[in-house]
Amino acid sequence: MSTHLVGQRVKRLEDPDLLSGRGQFVDDLNLPGMLHAAFVRSPVAHARIQNIDISEAAALPGVHIVWTARDLPANMHNRRLLLQVPNPAILHTITQEPLASKETCFVGEPIAVVVAESRHLAEDACERVNVEYKPLPVSPDCETALKPGAAVAHMEFQDNIAAQFTLGYGDVEAAFRAADHVFQDNYFQHRGTANPMEGRGVVAVFDPIFHNFTVWSATQSPFIIRRMLVDMFEVEESTIRVVAPKDVGGGFGPKGMSYPEEVVIPALARELSRPVKWIEDRREHFLTTTQERDQLWDVSIAVDNDGKIRGLRGRLAHDAGAYVPWGIITPYISTTTIAGPYVVPAFKFDTTAVFTNKPPTTPLRGAGRPQAVFAMERTLDLVAQELDIDRAEIRRRNLIPAEEMPYKMGLIFRDGAPVIYDSGDYPKCQAIAVERACYNDFPARQKEAREDGRYIGIGIANAVEGTGLGPFEGASIKIAPSGRIVLQTGAAPQGQAHHTTLAQLCAEELNVPIESVDIVTGDTNAVSLGVGTFASRIAVNAGSSVKIASRTVYGKLMKLAATVLQVREDDLEMEDGVIRITGEQGDSVTFSDLAKMMNGVPGFKLPEGIEAGLEATSYFQPSQAAYSNGCHIAEVEVDPETGLVSILRYIVAHDCGNLINPMIVDGQVQGGVAHGVGNALLEHLYYDADANPVTTTFAEYLLPTAESVPDVEILHLETPTPNNPLGVKGAGEGGTLPAAAVIAAAIEDALRPFGVRFRDAPILPHQIIEKIAVANQ
Amino acid sequence: MTDGDMHEVSLTVNGVQYDETVESRWSLADFLRHKLRLTGTHLGCEHGVCGACTVLLNGRSVRGCLTLAVQANEKSVETVEGLAPTETELNVLQQAFWENHGLQCGFCTPGILMTLTEFLRDNPDPSETEVREALSGNICRCTGYQGIVAAAMDAAEKLRNSGQ
Ligand code: FES
Ligand code: FES
Repeated sequence: MSTHLVGQRVKRLEDPDLLSGRGQFVDDLNLPGMLHAAFVRSPVAHARIQNIDISEAAALPGVHIVWTARDLPANMHNRRLLLQVPNPAILHTITQEPLASKETCFVGEPIAVVVAESRHLAEDACERVNVEYKPLPVSPDCETALKPGAAVAHMEFQDNIAAQFTLGYGDVEAAFRAADHVFQDNYFQHRGTANPMEGRGVVAVFDPIFHNFTVWSATQSPFIIRRMLVDMFEVEESTIRVVAPKDVGGGFGPKGMSYPEEVVIPALARELSRPVKWIEDRREHFLTTTQERDQLWDVSIAVDNDGKIRGLRGRLAHDAGAYVPWGIITPYISTTTIAGPYVVPAFKFDTTAVFTNKPPTTPLRGAGRPQAVFAMERTLDLVAQELDIDRAEIRRRNLIPAEEMPYKMGLIFRDGAPVIYDSGDYPKCQAIAVERACYNDFPARQKEAREDGRYIGIGIANAVEGTGLGPFEGASIKIAPSGRIVLQTGAAPQGQAHHTTLAQLCAEELNVPIESVDIVTGDTNAVSLGVGTFASRIAVNAGSSVKIASRTVYGKLMKLAATVLQVREDDLEMEDGVIRITGEQGDSVTFSDLAKMMNGVPGFKLPEGIEAGLEATSYFQPSQAAYSNGCHIAEVEVDPETGLVSILRYIVAHDCGNLINPMIVDGQVQGGVAHGVGNALLEHLYYDADANPVTTTFAEYLLPTAESVPDVEILHLETPTPNNPLGVKGAGEGGTLPAAAVIAAAIEDALRPFGVRFRDAPILPHQIIEKIAVANQ
Repeated sequence: MTDGDMHEVSLTVNGVQYDETVESRWSLADFLRHKLRLTGTHLGCEHGVCGACTVLLNGRSVRGCLTLAVQANEKSVETVEGLAPTETELNVLQQAFWENHGLQCGFCTPGILMTLTEFLRDNPDPSETEVREALSGNICRCTGYQGIVAAAMDAAEKLRNSGQ
């Protein structure tokens, strides 16, 4: 048997357990003596905390402890959570306290915590914690927050400006002066949520003998949490083990952050010497898990008569929410993404991150890019309309030609390196999407439909995405004495099938069946350093590390086998855990034999020139991001009476380099589009004028269902990146990036007879009806 | 909580008889997960919309989060743990999910399998539109549903062909 696994649609190793009810999610952990926590959360968006009375709650039978900020361990007083990604452009580096002490800055901020025999009892007690609030003026949204004299989101600041920066290149003034035309418009994409089907959750144990913490969290980033805990508890790294359970029920970005509960629960476990569990309920998820997308864009474009772009400039106001736990990564990515796959000779954007009294915003599937793509693609549609050029054609004229790769676009990315699109053929990617969609025949189809009284429309949009950012994600490979292969990585999966793809890479290198690989993910004890699963970075970083470490182990195995069998390495072949001398009846030695030998026999020397242990660890460091790209085309039908939009066809032409497992990549793209459909047509977090959330259930905040998500037709280009040994680029977010833009464009096209334009997403049925009504007046 | 709130509940789960005492406010899903330690049934919203908690009660699908444990008294419950014929095998529907990439994180999956178990029993030869309608009460945030629908169609065909 020769093992060829990479590039194959290998069935997932994860599935049999998940399909049989044997998943291991955080709430499935049940430890002896475990107690349950519930939090008292602020019911107001901005207030001074005057007084907290816990006496009634603490007296309830079954309650073990009630804590407010002042009961936290002494070293945590007046301390805030670690700012994980600092940046000099941040003017106020404010993050949450573990429990708010004097001021609460959004609805849902934790004020007190109760630990009891059961969650039911803990919640009963929470209702008996009496907090007196003195309401303060509220900063409700990023537009209002920037007005002179606006209410401030934090008492200690004079205004709401969290950060400010300008990015640019080229002579923008000259470009705008010289251009034949300048067009301007404003765009807004609303706040949405991650809403993975499993919420957050933490279980913590403190071992009083070794003074060690073990913390399980439904997280994307165990190492990020460990950093925060090391900082908060002021202890050594070696005393904190953070584990993402084998199964985490979706993440999409916000589970990559570190949260107050991840500090408070371990502190309680230490205080009580009992395991403590907290599981986020859905309402808490709506209130407290970080969100994204509120951005107000003001975009001006300078173009020539033929639609060629000369320059792009404008302003971006980004709603940071109440705190900046992840710095300004999101608005920074937005600003560096807007020029996208197009040749933009001159560029200047002023970006402001603004505090509001709402949950903090941090990267959520797409991480600031969907808004940028929306702003750019809506701008190009505007130009196309004004200059009467077809929408695919105007894009074709401006796409970066394949011959210009690698293409230095002019800006500096968040990793500090210049943005260099490493590879890709953007015009070809658009061309294959156009062909598959029968785009050029669409006007005829549209005409026919209109004659039947049906309103159909088509939209097209492109996007580029910097993926696979460093610094690294490590992996170690070891041959166990049994001969099985142990693959360990700090990277934590939430449905992306890391077990399968990483095992594919390892098994291919060592020429064993994939079932011979045992995988440990998401454990800070697995490897000594780690970052986290976000920004479509694991295939690139951990995948490359697995390949490199596997090759090293392969080299050790061969060298050792050659010594043992007393032949040259060239005379050996490796298959299925056995290394044998090539030829009919050659002698052989198994991985198990070699592993036992390398574990060392007391008193005996290892063979000359061979390092102890059949294992290797690698921390691959990509030189820079690898850029994926894609072209989306959507065809929709709109009912102008009801405002209902049905997606008739959805085409994605996508290039994420080499595919390790095409089935899994297709799943990522399809799932990404589904998220984009939500952003385009359904998901709108509403707040009232005082920043009280009014959409806190799945009945009020609608997620895409099987009836609203189309079957995506996926076409792959595979342009390998030179930036890593696998030639892969990230695939986790590309499906989401252009989705809102392309659906908005298709709706607008369908409703062309009414002459309406859409500048915001999501586009809800009542908004369609209102726009048509206004246009008809 | 007072002792008066405690009730005897006697029921079968996947054919196994259980006799337990439970508080009246406990949901069936909490009861299965935390009393019987059958953690395959998941809670995604606890307000009846996401469908992750779907189990069969006397053969009909119910929301485990909106059903009280006491309502299952004297009844039979089927959960995801009862689907596979043996520890090491999968049933036709589960196998179809594996082959058609019908899951990613797997959190929604138990509820979806139970919804489809009932649906395919009642409608062995469904159209894709009917499958999507049947799934409209189950939310999956990861997959975008394509693999789930394909798995349901595949399982329906295999079940028809095998005469099950
Ligand atoms: S948990 Fe029961 S429907 Fe969501
Ligand atoms: S597979 Fe993750 S929610 Fe469905």
